[in-house]
Amino acid sequence: MENDQIDLIVAQYDGQMTLDGGESTITVKVDQVRALLLSLRDHPAGACEQLVDLCGMDYLDYGREGDRPWNGPRYSVVYHLLSVSRNDRLRVITWLDDDNPKAPSVIDIWRSADWFEREAFDLFGILFDGHPDLRRILTDYGFIGHPFRKDFPLSGHVEMRYDKEKKRVVYEPVTIKPRVTVPRVIREEGYSDRNS
Amino acid sequence: MTEIRNYTLNFGPQHPAAHGVLRVVMEMDGEVIERLDPHIGLLHRGTEKLAETKPFNHSIGYMDRLDYVSMMCNEHAYVLAIEKLLGVKPPVRAQYIRVLFDEVTRVLNHLMWIGAHGLDIGAMAVFLYAFREREDLLDCYEAASGARMHATYYRPGGVYRDLPDHMPKYESTGRKDKKKIAERNRDREGSMLDFLWAFTERFPGKIDEYETLLTDNRIWKQRTVNIGIVTPDQAMQYGFTGPMLRGSGVEWDLRKKQPYEVYDRMEFDIPVGVTGDCYDRYLVRVEEMRQSNSIIRQCIDWLRKHPGPVMLDNVKLAPPIRTDMKHDMESMIHHFKLFTEGYHVPIGQTYQAVEAPKGEFGIYLVSDGANKPYRVKIRAPGFAHLAALDAMCRGHMLADMVAIIGSQDIVFGEIDR
Repeated sequence: MENDQIDLIVAQYDGQMTLDGGESTITVKVDQVRALLLSLRDHPAGACEQLVDLCGMDYLDYGREGDRPWNGPRYSVVYHLLSVSRNDRLRVITWLDDDNPKAPSVIDIWRSADWFEREAFDLFGILFDGHPDLRRILTDYGFIGHPFRKDFPLSGHVEMRYDKEKKRVVYEPVTIKPRVTVPRVIREEGYSDRNS
Repeated sequence: MTEIRNYTLNFGPQHPAAHGVLRVVMEMDGEVIERLDPHIGLLHRGTEKLAETKPFNHSIGYMDRLDYVSMMCNEHAYVLAIEKLLGVKPPVRAQYIRVLFDEVTRVLNHLMWIGAHGLDIGAMAVFLYAFREREDLLDCYEAASGARMHATYYRPGGVYRDLPDHMPKYESTGRKDKKKIAERNRDREGSMLDFLWAFTERFPGKIDEYETLLTDNRIWKQRTVNIGIVTPDQAMQYGFTGPMLRGSGVEWDLRKKQPYEVYDRMEFDIPVGVTGDCYDRYLVRVEEMRQSNSIIRQCIDWLRKHPGPVMLDNVKLAPPIRTDMKHDMESMIHHFKLFTEGYHVPIGQTYQAVEAPKGEFGIYLVSDGANKPYRVKIRAPGFAHLAALDAMCRGHMLADMVAIIGSQDIVFGEIDR
């Protein structure tokens, strides 16, 4: 019954709802996401009082080692909602533009979005329209780049040390070479069934 | 006339009450906080990015190092997420062991919290008492996993090994007399479960001791009652979970509402606060220790009666038995593949959360079918709590901020990740 009502809300905003392993995922276009989230919070069938998590995603390398590489949009924002009164969880995914990843801020819907959006901006470079104070949060003061993007190397671009003569900390290009101990492998379907 | 104006005060990152490496820039009006801005990230290690470059099992150890006072609960969320995508369920005995250690971890965390929180606002003695009890529980960690803190004990498909049937004993150093050593070894004659059982017998009395020191203590109440009040609606808005949410009077506990493992077979109560101030959060956590004690006893009771496997009999996930490897080629190959390449997790995404001592600790796992995760997003409870520090502290005195940080139970390993 309630689930039908959520379906109606989702349909109203051109969203698509899928159920996978007991987890509901709603995919919606970025220009509708704010309105959808607002009604999921305010409509009694949604009643999602809490934004538990918000995170950025970068699909650049998704499935690259397999035979079906990713050709969809690169960035997305994933919202995890929790309804305490209905005891239910919802996941909302919205895909962003490759060249200009930008999503509307939901800070006025849930205050907890504040730091989560700052984090997604810091790590993925996703902009949140309407966020009052979109600063870096986890990386160093003056950090350059967005480290969780897939094209950002694991060992970064710069390293720092204390320079005795200059009597301050200096930044230099990294000297360590990236090293892969276990390669990333995607096996064909049914690979592990065959050997068991 | 002297000119009166606000000034900016820097707090931390190296300050004993900052619980690690918190830096706060505060705008003060005299001794009253007008507004504050926490600067975090000084402990950022990029755990999520590191996890993307390693096979699934290699990152279990990283999870211990997130919230480094509730180690196994972090592992639990990660392992649950992998199991969900793999579509496997561990044997019942392993589930009981996990619940047992989750609750041991909760007690460990709350003991650390009560000690540190007390120390922050002037109750020196509690810290020593709390660490006395922590020692016994850390011995259980060590007996089961081999490590006192960073256990890496949970595995997708079960736990690393069964509980030990004996506890390590104190040895005579030559200086101490035999009677004293025998006294210290009294509870250690039997198995780990016997040792833990003896602990649960005396632990409620120990909690009474802490309460004698704090609950009706005039100074303690002056420092915590009506400090940092959060209403239920605010708590939801700020994404509070765990004792922070329950302290505000919302009856929400994942162990009860969305039970995982065998929590649905456990009998326990959810304590909730009334006013949502620091004192209520203190009371909630103290009561949680008592409830955890009871859950531990229920688990021990069951585990004693039901021996059995603690790991799935699945060569794709679990290493083969050592003796089989010596003569069985297949086992040798499975062992080699498991430790060089790891297992492959089917394409999909999942969000799995556990009720960690600090709140909802969640893992959002995305897999593209490889032997490494495509993305691991760690949802740390402390991150949301600390984000609300500004709102909770406004209008309070400088010294109250220390009480509020203490009652949030902040650990930087999980916030900065």
